[in-house]
Amino acid sequence: MIGGLFIYNHKGEVLISRVYRDDIGRNAVDAFRVSVIHARHQVRSPVSNIARTSFFHVKRSNVWLAAATRQNVNACMVFEFLYKMCDVMTAYFGKISEENVKNNFVLIYELLDEILDFGYPQNSEPGALKTFITQQGVKSQSKEEQSQITSQVTGQIGWRREGIKYRRNELFLDVMESVNLLMSPQGQVLSAHVSGRVVMKSYLSGMPECKFGMNDKIVIDKQGKAGSNDDGAKSGKQSIAIDDCTFHQCVRLSKFDSERSISFIPPDGDYELMRYRTTKDIILPFRVIPLVREVGRTKLEVKVVIKSNFKASLLAQKIEVMIPTPLNTSGVQLICMKGKAKYKASENAIVWKVKRMAGMKESQISAEIELLPTNDKKKWARPPISMNFEVPFAPSGLKVRYLKVFEPKLNYSDHDVIKWVRYIGKSGIYETRC
Amino acid sequence: MTDSKYFTTTKKGEIFELKAELNSDKKEKKKEAVKKVIASMTVGKDVSALFPDVVNCMQTDNLELKKLVYLYLMNYAKSQPDMAIMAVNTFVKDCEDLNPLIRALAVRTMGCIRVDKITEYLCEPLRKCLKDEDPYVRKTAAVCVAKLHDINAQLVEDQGFLDTLKDLISDSNPMVVANAVAALSEIAESHPNSNLLDLNPQTINKLLTALNECTEWGQIFILDCLANYSPRDDRESQSICERVTPRLSHANSAVVLSAVKVLMKFMEMLPKDLDYYGTLLKKLAPPLVTLLSAEPELQYVALRNINLIVQRRPEILKHEMKVFFVKYNDPIYVKLEKLDIMIRLASQANIAQVLAELKEYATEVDVDFVRKAVRAIGRCAIKVEQSAERCVSTLLDLIQTKVNYVVQEAIVVIKDIFRKYPNKYESVIATLCEHLESLDEPEARAAMIWIVGEYAERIDNADELLESFLEGFHDESTQVQLQLLTAIVKLFLKKPTETQELVQQVLSLATQDSDNPDLRDRGYIYWRLLSTDPVAAKEVVLAEKPLISEETDLIEPTLLEELICHIGTLASVYHKPPSAFVEGSRGVQHKRLTSSAGSGESVESPDTGSAAVSEAPPTVIPSQGDLLGDLLNLDLTPPTSTGPPPTTAPGMQLGAMDLLGGGLDSLLGGDIGGSPAMGTGFGAPPAAMPASFNAPISGGLDDLFDLGGGGGLTMGTYIPPKSVWLPAMKAKGLEISGTFVRRSGVIQMEMTLNNKAMSVMSDFAIQFNRNSFGLAPAGPLQILTPISPNQSIEAALPLSTVGPVMKMEPLNNLQVAVKNNIDVFYFSCQYPISMLFLEDGKMERQVFLATWKDIPNENESQFQIKDCHLNSDAASNKLQGSNIFTIAKRTVEGQDMLYQSMKLTNGIWVLAELRVQAGNPNYTISLKCRAPEVSQCVFQNYETVLKN
Repeated sequence: MIGGLFIYNHKGEVLISRVYRDDIGRNAVDAFRVSVIHARHQVRSPVSNIARTSFFHVKRSNVWLAAATRQNVNACMVFEFLYKMCDVMTAYFGKISEENVKNNFVLIYELLDEILDFGYPQNSEPGALKTFITQQGVKSQSKEEQSQITSQVTGQIGWRREGIKYRRNELFLDVMESVNLLMSPQGQVLSAHVSGRVVMKSYLSGMPECKFGMNDKIVIDKQGKAGSNDDGAKSGKQSIAIDDCTFHQCVRLSKFDSERSISFIPPDGDYELMRYRTTKDIILPFRVIPLVREVGRTKLEVKVVIKSNFKASLLAQKIEVMIPTPLNTSGVQLICMKGKAKYKASENAIVWKVKRMAGMKESQISAEIELLPTNDKKKWARPPISMNFEVPFAPSGLKVRYLKVFEPKLNYSDHDVIKWVRYIGKSGIYETRC
Repeated sequence: MTDSKYFTTTKKGEIFELKAELNSDKKEKKKEAVKKVIASMTVGKDVSALFPDVVNCMQTDNLELKKLVYLYLMNYAKSQPDMAIMAVNTFVKDCEDLNPLIRALAVRTMGCIRVDKITEYLCEPLRKCLKDEDPYVRKTAAVCVAKLHDINAQLVEDQGFLDTLKDLISDSNPMVVANAVAALSEIAESHPNSNLLDLNPQTINKLLTALNECTEWGQIFILDCLANYSPRDDRESQSICERVTPRLSHANSAVVLSAVKVLMKFMEMLPKDLDYYGTLLKKLAPPLVTLLSAEPELQYVALRNINLIVQRRPEILKHEMKVFFVKYNDPIYVKLEKLDIMIRLASQANIAQVLAELKEYATEVDVDFVRKAVRAIGRCAIKVEQSAERCVSTLLDLIQTKVNYVVQEAIVVIKDIFRKYPNKYESVIATLCEHLESLDEPEARAAMIWIVGEYAERIDNADELLESFLEGFHDESTQVQLQLLTAIVKLFLKKPTETQELVQQVLSLATQDSDNPDLRDRGYIYWRLLSTDPVAAKEVVLAEKPLISEETDLIEPTLLEELICHIGTLASVYHKPPSAFVEGSRGVQHKRLTSSAGSGESVESPDTGSAAVSEAPPTVIPSQGDLLGDLLNLDLTPPTSTGPPPTTAPGMQLGAMDLLGGGLDSLLGGDIGGSPAMGTGFGAPPAAMPASFNAPISGGLDDLFDLGGGGGLTMGTYIPPKSVWLPAMKAKGLEISGTFVRRSGVIQMEMTLNNKAMSVMSDFAIQFNRNSFGLAPAGPLQILTPISPNQSIEAALPLSTVGPVMKMEPLNNLQVAVKNNIDVFYFSCQYPISMLFLEDGKMERQVFLATWKDIPNENESQFQIKDCHLNSDAASNKLQGSNIFTIAKRTVEGQDMLYQSMKLTNGIWVLAELRVQAGNPNYTISLKCRAPEVSQCVFQNYETVLKN
């Protein structure tokens, strides 16, 4: 298991050092600094073995977090733990920076003592930890409170404490998707996938039992079969095939496996309910049509048309098209129908920005690129044209069908909960070769 | 509140000040002081002198202060064991506290104080805490047992803590169960033989129940523990798998990967024809793909593991190639790993895409990545035969970029391509030679030298090229020196007349002027071989090279199995067994996959369940083939760590001993001149030549020159009767009938030319169209006298197989043009494919087995030979006459199985399994070949040979 945990600043000075096992000594702290932080070459693996000690590291802004061990530990777990530790620290004091770590070192030690015992990760849900590790020193607790804390920390619902109360029961669901595309110059889709996240903000009293439903093809088809045939055919069209999804630990996985229903008791506040990936029937919000013509050896004509491919009533925002230019570009003349375009020599690209664009529209940019003659034999590799945008719908076609809330002990019902759903589609790596 | 101020105390006399503050009456001041102490401790200052003062602060109700003092204690107790005792009372008292958080804190901290005297006091409180009513205390106590065991294992056993710990597996609280499992697993690791983690169906059931309820970390502990269990039968195995699969949707990658480990392991137990087996395989792919959208560090761990999984069960991810395409912003360690997996998944179906990607990568900036991409292109060529040509042309494009490291890398891989497909891409040698000067890396130089030596007969200035390398012989690395030595010896054997001086020079450089024992030994062996038995030398040095495997750097199967049992752990990241990087006894037990009887992997051999075949060595690298051949023949071969280094081979050492004993002096100064066959002879160093040396040398060299004459016509070669190829009607009176014969390794076209016209025919010439195997006349058609009317003449035309190649339909079709003084006539004929079977087509038994397994099953074709009344021995003899060699024969239930091999002139091997059942005139023949197109032809040939 994890033998020691260290936090360094960018200079390699130790900010936190907690040793859990005898086989990790003070020299390990220095070994990592010398061989990784101060290494002349950039380190080429997040796992390094130095003098029979293995180090796992992640970096957050200018701070290094490293876990050391001399055993055959579960590597995946160590990294997950390091991320989790970052989450916990962020939940307590915001951004992880040298300043913040120094300011909170006592707190961090206290947390490390709690979430890692003899190198074994223990309950590390910020929601639960905050009930008994606070920055204001330890509150004196009544006996009931104490046993409530311990049962929560060790209990089945470690991520939520009891007795939460809100005057207004409210929840926000954000379906956030990033759509990735690689398209050939002829408009053929080489690869496309959506990776999506359902993020929830819950302000619910008590221990609410939630059930989340979306237009998952498997569920809809099953219901279609059970119900009348008409229904099945109608709803079948709107359902989507999900390649794979993963859930927050609050979701009962065995229930999902057997019935494909998503039921859970949510943590309080912000958290990520699920992640998913789809590859079929993706709505590609934009189509990029490039036209590159080489006029002699010193001139290049580029025309790029973008077409928005969604309902005319919707508006896409923050549209940005990056058109790469050769290294020997000497000057660029640009004409664009909409938005602003600029040649950025430092990035070797023309950047065309359009603030807003409605669906079913098209726009274009033409550029004349002057080239310096070179004797470089290497041909210009023509990197792909990439694009950024934001659209107010889910490109995968995912729809939230319901999110039901039951709290049997308190007197509010599903209808009393105010629910908000928002869809945000963003570009991931959205590239068209030219 | 800001604590950062504590880090900036660098005043002199600070310890003294701290001491005063620690002893202050004010609580706040005390706390501040302890914080300062901890801060100093963190940055590495020695504050152990404050021990008594800090311990004095321990008696407090302030939990925060208490925790700080404990932290200090854990750090320094070992250096002050006597003082540490002072803390015991407080611990013991705290273990009785009303607040469960304090009880747990005390027992947790006590376990971390590694002082024997304290340990003794720990036992009683620990015993109580293990049975505490509060689960929080119990889960902490469970881990404490592991801590105590680490300090004093005997004590833990004597006190019976292990049994209590075992009881906790049945605890009602899932987190207590998880921690107990973790503690027990760790303790069990240091007692490999104890039955500590007594996993039986009941406990497994308990674990599976707890699995659904505990924290993500607890799930990992339980899954990792489950992976050590061996289910009793496939049913149990399946039911565990069913209960573990839901974990694949967990957001925590470690839970997913540990679940994958359990599934991969238990899958071995499931019969492959089970529906569930297929379902399970399908379920594994999506979560593995999803891991690739995690943070880069996790992606790295996932990719290292996927690399193992793909080697063990390629079917899981075979359709997921695209997700391994490298993204521009991936960190370098992710890029390199993805590349590795892309090569493993490359197949005929996706090769075009893969190549396009690789070509893109080869233009990136990171040198290591670019090199690996170039190497990957070469590996694709070797793996997917159909793509070889495109790979080679891609590599040539890359060489044109003249980027130095790209060129060098390309040459290294082209060498491998040459080995895999001999006589196919030699046209590129000229291009390679242009870049000779720019090569500065030993590996690239060695590869180039190998190419020059191997194809010396086709490179006009091979001697000059090699000579140019020889100038700086002693500055080269050993790899290059060895290669140069071998290449020049090859050159000499191929062009003996022009290169004696060169070979003499290199032998003397290697044996006289070198300190490197490997080089010297190899030099002596060559020298002796050349001087005593040049025929043998030729056989050894120019021997057929062993098959190079499609998959290079595969992990050795036993190691792979072990690593599969360690999925998710460091071992799987390093691709090394834990014993390679873990000290002491911990975690060093070797784990193996257990598969159910009867459903093992060995079924995939040539015939179902054959014992002989399951002995086949895994086809990783043909290292154990023939040691000597391997030894002398270069062997840069595929990069591998498993092949034995030349010096350690027993054969080699023996040889060297022998050489040293057998007149070293004479060898060193050997003037071997005077032999008529040699012309000028070897160079002329001063020392006199012992007479006894002379005879064998000249004799041997004579042999060398008429090499290829050996063999003679084997008994019983089947020669098809002559048939009319060109009827007189079509050729203005010229009738040609003929047949093909293979004599002494030479293919001959034997023709009868019959003049049925009224006038004399003369000025004959013959030409072939391009054909499948590059058959071409080896010389002009020798018809010296004109043929008068009604006269017929016999002509034999020797053929070579180095002509231009074009695939014909049928494969053995040959289009011929014959010219005489009247006109040009065209005809086509078919030659029996056995003409092309080489005399050395007998494969090593082991190589045969390996090759058979290596060739995909799609390439296998089966035929029936009807009405054949020979017994298997007679058939075998008959076939041998046509260079179809029987390698092994087995009899199973009255059925004789003959395993046969033949080798075509273009280096294609055809493997056959012929089944002959006594009393049944119908034979079954299965043919396996990397070029399945030839199967039909080969089958026809079997039929004709056997029936005549």
